Amino acid sequence: MLQNLCHKMFGRSLWVYHANSGGCNGCDIEVLNVLTPYYDVERFGIKLVGSPRHADVMLCQGPAMRSTANALRRAYDAMPAPKLVFAIGSCACGGGVWFDSYSVLGPVEKVVPVKYYIPGCPPRPEAIIYGVAVALGLVDKKVAPVTFKQLEFSIPLYHPRDLQKEGDMVVYAKLDKV
Amino acid sequence: MSLVSKLEETFICLKAGKVTMPYPAQGKPAPDKFRGRPIFDATKCIGCAGCANNCPAREILVFDPCQEIRILQYLGRRCTYCGRCADVCPEKAITMSQDFENATNQIGDLGQKLELFMSTCQRCGRCFKGAAAIDELKMKGYRSDNIESERWVLRSQSFLAATVVDDIPIELD
Repeated sequence: MLQNLCHKMFGRSLWVYHANSGGCNGCDIEVLNVLTPYYDVERFGIKLVGSPRHADVMLCQGPAMRSTANALRRAYDAMPAPKLVFAIGSCACGGGVWFDSYSVLGPVEKVVPVKYYIPGCPPRPEAIIYGVAVALGLVDKKVAPVTFKQLEFSIPLYHPRDLQKEGDMVVYAKLDKV
Repeated sequence: MSLVSKLEETFICLKAGKVTMPYPAQGKPAPDKFRGRPIFDATKCIGCAGCANNCPAREILVFDPCQEIRILQYLGRRCTYCGRCADVCPEKAITMSQDFENATNQIGDLGQKLELFMSTCQRCGRCFKGAAAIDELKMKGYRSDNIESERWVLRSQSFLAATVVDDIPIELD
């Protein structure tokens, strides 16, 4: 019973390391906001540590940049084996607005393998807590890809083979069906 | 003296009470003007691609596989939720929702893809000329963004390439 209780209380304590590889500091402020008493994430056992060697989770903010990609990879390699990477913000998820700039390599998943994505510019503190809760299995993810396909066309499909010559005009053969 | 100040501090802390929000268990709605994930309404969209032309992150891709169909793909990965697509949409087909709980383990979950029917002039075979609001949007004509590698191509053609429509060449004037 005590073992179960210990597993419940301490088994999923995530120690996070906070790595910014060239972001605008907006996501950093939101991550630090998560640690304040209003959005107290220490009730989930989450603690901010200063060294990647103590960390279970790396929170990446900012795109992978030409100057910091190597350092980001070394910080990832320094973490002990069961490790997760969270990409926080639209820069880390997809490269940001300056994704095609020369100094930006792209999303951080080009450098380190990303497990969870939290989009937003910056994401709300609630959104970051939600991403952590998805990772811990407390809640289910809400988003799913949407595909809309129009199967019934309101007008018959146009094709040049249906063009007919009538007198001195060229008219479309299926015109009466419209 | 020290003890008194500690007691005073304790009193202040007790007065403040519990401020932590029980967030994942009990949600709290976002503020009114909060811009979350854009939702594309396929029944209202006319396929003018104004959102794609005005997206600062080049998030919305447009691809014309044939004369009648236009594929509009929203990737969602580097969207900054600026709302310019919703501003420029002449039919108000894009709404900025209040969804912020978009955390996922697959980045493809954020995408939305619309395959739209485009009207064609029954006599000449070209697409209709747009209304005044659409005319203000730049880059008319056929677009060929790369859907597979998710690249935005800053180019539009006035006619489709003959190889796209199955082996029957389109008559050009």
